[in-house]
Amino acid sequence: MSTIRVRAQEADGVVTVRALITHPMETGTRKDSAGELIPPHHIQVVNAEAGGSEVMTAYWNTTISRNPFFQFQFAGSKGDTLKLSWSDNKGESDSTEVSIS
Amino acid sequence: MTSTKRRVFLKGTLAAGTVGVAVGAGLLAPSQLLAAWPEPAFQARGFDASLEATLGTTNLPAGDISITAPEIAENGMVVPVTVETAMGDVTEMALFVEKNGLPLTSMYVLGTGAVPMFATRIKMGESSDVVAAVKSGGSWYGARQEVKVTIGGCGG
Repeated sequence: MSTIRVRAQEADGVVTVRALITHPMETGTRKDSAGELIPPHHIQVVNAEAGGSEVMTAYWNTTISRNPFFQFQFAGSKGDTLKLSWSDNKGESDSTEVSIS
Repeated sequence: MTSTKRRVFLKGTLAAGTVGVAVGAGLLAPSQLLAAWPEPAFQARGFDASLEATLGTTNLPAGDISITAPEIAENGMVVPVTVETAMGDVTEMALFVEKNGLPLTSMYVLGTGAVPMFATRIKMGESSDVVAAVKSGGSWYGARQEVKVTIGGCGG
């Protein structure tokens, strides 16, 4: 199952993207129950492509909240495909595609 | 030892400006240069150092930028923030929390047709100004808004 839930809706030529990503976004400063530091684990890059072009790239620190929410807008059309992907500091990544409605 | 080295190194990078930042990112973690995650900017401690490492300047003239954030956030782990601007020719945006240990929360590079706005949720360690920076026409502009954080116990 994808870690990304995304909706992309067009109105008056502007596409509004709302995404929720399942990710711990560990800061690296928290300790576990044994008192050991939990290593940092956070998304570093979120990339959005539509119509073959990059429309938005976000770079994130550990201070973006757990299970991040991300909203942005771009000029686009209904029926186009939006591809959203992320990668984190451990080299994990995920991506999904959604049709703009 | 390692952390001392890095601290000295980061200082050097700040002084050296943009080229130093690029080189610094390469030396600190080659793998992250590929991902283009600007490590020195994200690791910079202290607001002025963070501004300098991220924007290349601490001078942030007021811009036509709107920050939507709660005046009082009960839970500092999840503070919703929206930044938008009416300024033209915007290529990048950044969001800082002045009093966070690592002030830079995020950077946004606008691509084809992107509207200069974003919304996300950030962590805040304590009450602080939230500072948005927008690069318009090649220069950075800023705006700030205070968010009071209620540090709750279990009942939060």
